[in-house]
Amino acid sequence: MDRRNGFKWAAARSPAVSSIASIGSFFSLPFFRSRRMVLVLAIGDLHIPHRAPDLPAKFKSMLVPGKIQHILCTGNLCIKEVHDYLKSLSPDLHITRGEYDEDVRYPENKTLSIGQFKLGLCHGHQIVPWGDLDSLAMLQRQLDIDILVTGHTHQFKAYKHEGGVIINPGSATGAYSSITYDANPSFVLMDIDGLRVVVYVYELIDGEVKVDKIDFKKTATTQSAH
Amino acid sequence: MVPDAAAADEEKCLADGIGRLQHNAFYMHRALDSNNLKDALRYAGQMLSELRTSSLSPHKYYELYMRAFDELRKVEMFFVEETRRGTYSVTDLYELVQHAANILPRLYLLCTVGSVYIKSKEAPAKDVLKDLVEMCRGIQHPVRGLFLRSYLSQISRDKLPDIGSEFEGGANTVNDAIEFVLQNFTEMNKLWVRMQYQGPIGEKAKRGKERSELRDLVGKNLHVLSQLEGVDLDMYKETVLPRILEQVVNCKDELAQHYLMDCIIQVFPDEYHLQTLETLLSAFPQLQPTVDIKTVLSLLMDRLSNYAVSSTEVLPEFLQAEAFAKLNSAVGEVIEAQVDMPISGVITLYVSLLTFTLRIHPDRLDYMDQILGACVQRLSGKTKVEDSKATKQIIALLSAPLEKYKDISTALNLPNYPRVMDHLDNATNKVMSTIIIQNIMKNNTCISTADRVDTLLELIKGLVKETDEAQDDELDEEDFKEEQNSVARLIHMLRTDDAEEMFKIISTVRKHILLGGPKHLAFTVPPVVFSALKLLRHLQNQDGDVNGQEVSVTQKKIFQLLHQTIEALSSVPSPELALKLYLQCAEAANDCGLEPVSYEFLTQAFILYEEEMADSKVQVTAIHLIIGTLQRMNVFGIENRDTLTHKATGYSAKLLKKPDQCRAVYACSHLFWVNEQDGVKDGERVLLCLKRALRIANAAQQMNATRGSSGHVTLFIEMLNKYLYFLEKGNPQITSSAIHDLIDLIRTEIQSDNTTSDPSANAFFSSTMRYIEFHKQKGGSVGENYEQIKV
Repeated sequence: MDRRNGFKWAAARSPAVSSIASIGSFFSLPFFRSRRMVLVLAIGDLHIPHRAPDLPAKFKSMLVPGKIQHILCTGNLCIKEVHDYLKSLSPDLHITRGEYDEDVRYPENKTLSIGQFKLGLCHGHQIVPWGDLDSLAMLQRQLDIDILVTGHTHQFKAYKHEGGVIINPGSATGAYSSITYDANPSFVLMDIDGLRVVVYVYELIDGEVKVDKIDFKKTATTQSAH
Repeated sequence: MVPDAAAADEEKCLADGIGRLQHNAFYMHRALDSNNLKDALRYAGQMLSELRTSSLSPHKYYELYMRAFDELRKVEMFFVEETRRGTYSVTDLYELVQHAANILPRLYLLCTVGSVYIKSKEAPAKDVLKDLVEMCRGIQHPVRGLFLRSYLSQISRDKLPDIGSEFEGGANTVNDAIEFVLQNFTEMNKLWVRMQYQGPIGEKAKRGKERSELRDLVGKNLHVLSQLEGVDLDMYKETVLPRILEQVVNCKDELAQHYLMDCIIQVFPDEYHLQTLETLLSAFPQLQPTVDIKTVLSLLMDRLSNYAVSSTEVLPEFLQAEAFAKLNSAVGEVIEAQVDMPISGVITLYVSLLTFTLRIHPDRLDYMDQILGACVQRLSGKTKVEDSKATKQIIALLSAPLEKYKDISTALNLPNYPRVMDHLDNATNKVMSTIIIQNIMKNNTCISTADRVDTLLELIKGLVKETDEAQDDELDEEDFKEEQNSVARLIHMLRTDDAEEMFKIISTVRKHILLGGPKHLAFTVPPVVFSALKLLRHLQNQDGDVNGQEVSVTQKKIFQLLHQTIEALSSVPSPELALKLYLQCAEAANDCGLEPVSYEFLTQAFILYEEEMADSKVQVTAIHLIIGTLQRMNVFGIENRDTLTHKATGYSAKLLKKPDQCRAVYACSHLFWVNEQDGVKDGERVLLCLKRALRIANAAQQMNATRGSSGHVTLFIEMLNKYLYFLEKGNPQITSSAIHDLIDLIRTEIQSDNTTSDPSANAFFSSTMRYIEFHKQKGGSVGENYEQIKV
């Protein structure tokens, strides 16, 4: 059973950095200008128009075309307009099917590689108990991926979990959920660079956008997996 | 005559005329150079005779006139020069030029010398002007007369005894200047109107066109008046406007009336209009019934609207002038007077009046409603408006208040607003409804009382209700979706924090959407359901400070409403959606601690599953949602819980495809092991589920073996992971030997799988094994469970 080396994860979570007005200012940080960056937007559970009228205006003004290379959408968009909107932000759009999606062509799960990372995407309503980390970890092992992005619970989560990272971007509209009380609208931007991924969480709390930054490093371990 | 030939003829006529004109001009200049006044005047007369032609259209005549005009400027210069030097006296010249043989050249020369005469100040300007304007009566041919008087107007412009002018003073007052221009204007207008009635009847349209080309010659006089310093507000009010209007009304000519009214509004300052509104407006009903008054009146109102916002200081003037009342009654009178005015014209007038009102009296909602009411009156008795011009105007009318106030609530306060909307046909009603919804979304307006919600939904019923017309079939599917999605979005904007009112709002929305057809319900039911679920949450959150009993009464009412609302989906039918919504409700009831309610919702979900779900893919999603929901519930007593879990497991095992069965059944194992502190922990039943799932996995493998295909080994690895999961959670029923057996089984499978190796299964297995290794090394309480596992 030969395979590449296992990886160890080191996570560093910094406290809420600051509330920022737009990704524009975020992009203008010298750090981001200095190198070619790969930005991945993880977003999902918008539930438009079942549970929410639209994406929050503040998010809309932040999410502009041409800045994001890939979009991973966990599902529950639910309608074509939202699909078209996401497509306008970045043509490289990956969507898995939520239970409310009208488009039945979305797959149940999907994997893709970005840089040195293997990412997996799944809405998560198929994984009982919902939002259970150990059950999601099984899916991660099954898909053999470094980062698993799931949704369904409407609550932002980012874990370092044994073999990798599990991210839930929450609900971009803060839609009603039977699982999470008072869900705040949120989405995630991942900045992928080499063996490092910086996860930025944008959360709308009482009308203000708060951003939180979590650093994950994938370090090759000397010890073989087997 | 063929038009082209006629045009060529005319062209030739013009060329010949110009040729002769230049010829005579040449000799005239030679005579002037040699100071031979007699010859010069003779050639000038011959040159000007070219203007006597009748064979040129106004357009061509103008070309000829301009040439003559240029030459006359030179003659004038000569006169000025010579009189200054004292070669001739200007009085002599004035007499001399009258010797010309023909009247037209004579008058042109007279005007030219007249100009010099005024400049010399040897006679009072007013006398010369009066003389000239009287003498010009000698030409009664319309085109020739108009150009001659236009010439008079041109050369006299800088010599009028206006206030501040060098020609004012003594006997000369600004009154003389005004009198002169008004008289010239009156005469020109008469000539212009008379043009319409000369010549063959068949060429009426052509004459209309020719007259249009000449209109600016007449209008120029008004422009001159507006430029006079002496025409202040009082003068305008007392003399100028009444005299102009008198001529306009009396000429009884459609073209002239339309043009001149337009001209008055454009050339004189808006401030004057505001102060003379009554006089100006009184002319409108006296105009010919065919005059396009609405355009002119709209222009006036639009100008006044713009003037009103130009500075805050002018607003009080509007109030003082009672502008609204005057315009409002003028609009009414004009509409009464012009019975043939198309409805689109009527609405156009009201749009302008409304725009005016929104600018000047944004606080007077009663005015707004009055205008809309007047519209309703005009529309009543007519069936739905289908004329596209008129519907466009109605949309403009109804959109104006929305744009102004950025708040639909204002419109909802106007009783006549919905009445106007009633007159729209279905298609236009939808367009207007969409505009209303967009306005609400754009401005993020919350409609927070049930009454207003009721009015709003009644207003946009074109989108909410099912129309019984056959055209529904033709309706584009995409358009329909878009419309209904916008209604769904709107429903989220109908909200308040007041729980009691919110319940009323939801009930109202429900009442309206149930009037929609089955096609609508699939779109409108979910937002209503989620609004109600949100309200439940809200009640739960404020549980503390409100009487508990009251809350539970409201809760029960909400659940009742939810039940009935979702039930309506059966007419669509949309069992999948209904099932998902029932599950949401079941969980909400669970959170409220209402066991029977929760049980009822789950029952409904199961019934739908049993009776309506035929598609195997749909079944898989549905059963996972049922298991996932059930797993989270804690409200049930043992009996109910057993029934429900039994059902769920049973249906899981009855899915069509073995892998689906296996996955659903192992998911069911979680129904018996809830990680929370007080959660169910029934290790035995967990194991039963896992064993059952394993049996299914085996059966799947058998089936695959017969088919000679592979891929089933993944199921075993998934089972292994589930065993590990419960081992980790401390389920005593999970033994290391069972796990060893599974690992052995998987290894055998992978090795024997000689047909095709499955790289994803291999990867899955190795990451699982690595995971075991990880825990063994990590130690701790979880690690202990792993200790006995040998890999």
